[in-house]
Amino acid sequence: MTYDADALAQLEQDAAEILGRYPVKRSALLPLLHLVQSVDGYVSPDGIAFCANQVDLTSAEVSAVATFYTQYKRRPNGEYQVGVCTNTLCAIMGGDEIWRQVSERCGIGHDETTADGKITLERLECNAACDYAPVMMVNWEFFDNMTPDRALRVVDDILEGRDVVPTRGPAKVAPFKEVSRVLAGFEDGRADEDQGLGEPTVVGLKVAREQGWEDAK
Amino acid sequence: MTDLTPVLSATWDAEQSWKLGTYENAGGYGALKKALGMPPADIIQAVKDSGLRGRGGAGFPTGMKWGFLPPDDGKPRYLVVNADESEPGTCKDIPTMLSAPHILVEGVAITSFAIGCNHAFIYLRGEVVHVYRRLLQAVREAYAAGHLGKNIHGSGYDLDVTVHAGAGAYICGEETALLDSLEGRRGQPRLKPPFPAVEGLYARPTVVNNVESISSVPAIIDRGVEWFTSLGTERSKGMGLFSLSGHVERPGQYEAPLGITLRELIDMAGGMRGGKELKFWTPGGSSTPLFTAEHLDTPLDYESVGAAGSMLGTRALQIFDETTCVVRAVTRWTEFYKHESCGKCTPCREGTFWLSQILERLEDGHGTDADIQQLLDTCESILGRAFCALGDGATSCITSSVKLFREEYEQHVSERRCPFDHAASALFEYETSQATEEAHA
Ligand SMILES: Cc1cc2nc3c(=O)[nH]c(=O)nc-3n(C[C@H](O)[C@H](O)[C@H](O)COP(=O)(O)O)c2cc1C
Ligand code: SF4
Ligand code: FES
Repeated sequence: MTYDADALAQLEQDAAEILGRYPVKRSALLPLLHLVQSVDGYVSPDGIAFCANQVDLTSAEVSAVATFYTQYKRRPNGEYQVGVCTNTLCAIMGGDEIWRQVSERCGIGHDETTADGKITLERLECNAACDYAPVMMVNWEFFDNMTPDRALRVVDDILEGRDVVPTRGPAKVAPFKEVSRVLAGFEDGRADEDQGLGEPTVVGLKVAREQGWEDAK
Repeated sequence: MTDLTPVLSATWDAEQSWKLGTYENAGGYGALKKALGMPPADIIQAVKDSGLRGRGGAGFPTGMKWGFLPPDDGKPRYLVVNADESEPGTCKDIPTMLSAPHILVEGVAITSFAIGCNHAFIYLRGEVVHVYRRLLQAVREAYAAGHLGKNIHGSGYDLDVTVHAGAGAYICGEETALLDSLEGRRGQPRLKPPFPAVEGLYARPTVVNNVESISSVPAIIDRGVEWFTSLGTERSKGMGLFSLSGHVERPGQYEAPLGITLRELIDMAGGMRGGKELKFWTPGGSSTPLFTAEHLDTPLDYESVGAAGSMLGTRALQIFDETTCVVRAVTRWTEFYKHESCGKCTPCREGTFWLSQILERLEDGHGTDADIQQLLDTCESILGRAFCALGDGATSCITSSVKLFREEYEQHVSERRCPFDHAASALFEYETSQATEEAHA
């Protein structure tokens, strides 16, 4: 293993915390894989060996698990994972066209990374935000009701090093490694950040209030 | 006219709706205190009497499921909340957890107490990081307030809750695949029986329930069985989130008693986009057979939707107007199933591959009339032969769409192209893009 002493000590400390959440060691494997992505930016050979060691599996067994899940990356990932939902509902509402333009602007296709390492592109399956279609996700934060122009602006901002702000979510999108650490179950203190009410989320509630139907309480 | 009944969604527009204080000010965690004073068997009975049925798709009676657990043998038993929400069209659990995570945490505490569980898990899909932040915070706040942890509110009852993030795989929503995934394995379905109630997580008795099912429990305990059964229809009790997406003026979450109709919901949503005609819709996500305008007045409850040939599923109402090519829609869903097939059984793995090959060539005008029959034959060889419900679900949109819109498939063959203008179904003008295309030509 090639982690330096400090990195390894930190990893071991974090891994101990993760293992402490489960009654059976092996359950820690998915969060551990998110954890090594937060250090290496992908599931590296070192990361696999580290996980295997933590949960008493072989590297081959850990690889077999990691390759099953699309969020674990086999190659160094871009700093921003940009996904355009092209499942049916979003595709029809404009997602196909957004994908075409975003892919053209970045000059890459599905599961490819720009030469500067900024963006990895992905055609997403439904991300449970269909009421906000067409939807894009950047490092797993919501960019709702996209148009090609808005999507291109997000991409340009990333390519030119500016922060990007989701429509539902925190004040800005954190880089891939930071977000991977959250997915390993470590809070980053940003849960209270918010972009205000998303209209589709509260539309039914508003209708009920207008009609005086709240008495159902 | 059916009234909307915001219960789960009642606090979503409050200031910092996700915080413990907001939830408690609205009466939150009152139901937990009440439940801790009840014999656990009475809680299970109340949920049985309420008629609550699983909100994750299959509609299995929730209280009955809890009742299937074998008697306590002093060893661990588990509650696992299915927060994997990935069925195309389904978008109700994510706003619930983002806006009001404590309703789920309270439901977890009450359910765990009822079934004698001391360690519960929430398995969240990994692709929603802000939802994970909110859940982690909610659980931390609940521990600090004594709603979780040791000796909850002096009852002597202990509960730990772990919120676990998945890593991208639709099949992990299937309850046994979810358990394998939570055990750190590839998420592939297990052979049933044994059912999770007998051998679930770590081969111990386990209840797996959807986010919305568990979030409905506090209101049942708080307001009572009679209140809950006063909502809904004869055999489909209570309220649920109806998620409208697609070609309506105001898509979004509409919480209503089961049995409301799509006509009523579209009306509340401001009508169809630009006054266009409704063409087809899914009553319960992409795995449920398509409906058309003929079903606008079908009560959206388990029995009526079933009798009309589909399934209530997750109440994911994806609505498409006359501009939409049904072959395009079905092809895309089929590509999804191909992508998400876990590969464990041949009918699904091979079948979804061939289905998408055939559909892709039909969609771009290279198909033949024989291909249409081939689609139906392939569906037949999957249906009932797949190892889990993903395989069956993959055939629903194909068989129903060929039945309803066969001439549209045939038109793709005879005209050797898709007869629809894809730009017409988008929410924005395609103009700029066409200009780019021309510039490139
Ligand atoms: C392919 C597939 C995906 C599923 N995805 C989900 C899901 O994301 N969320 C969910 O609650 N149930 C999902 N289910 C249903 C679960 O297997 C299970 O029935 C449900 O979690 C039980 O909870 P309930 O009784 O409260 O509905 C899925 C089933 C299949 C076959
Ligand atoms: S039906 Fe499909 S998803 Fe289900 S076990 Fe078979 S291959 Fe896997
Ligand atoms: S289809 Fe795009 S979020 Fe559901």
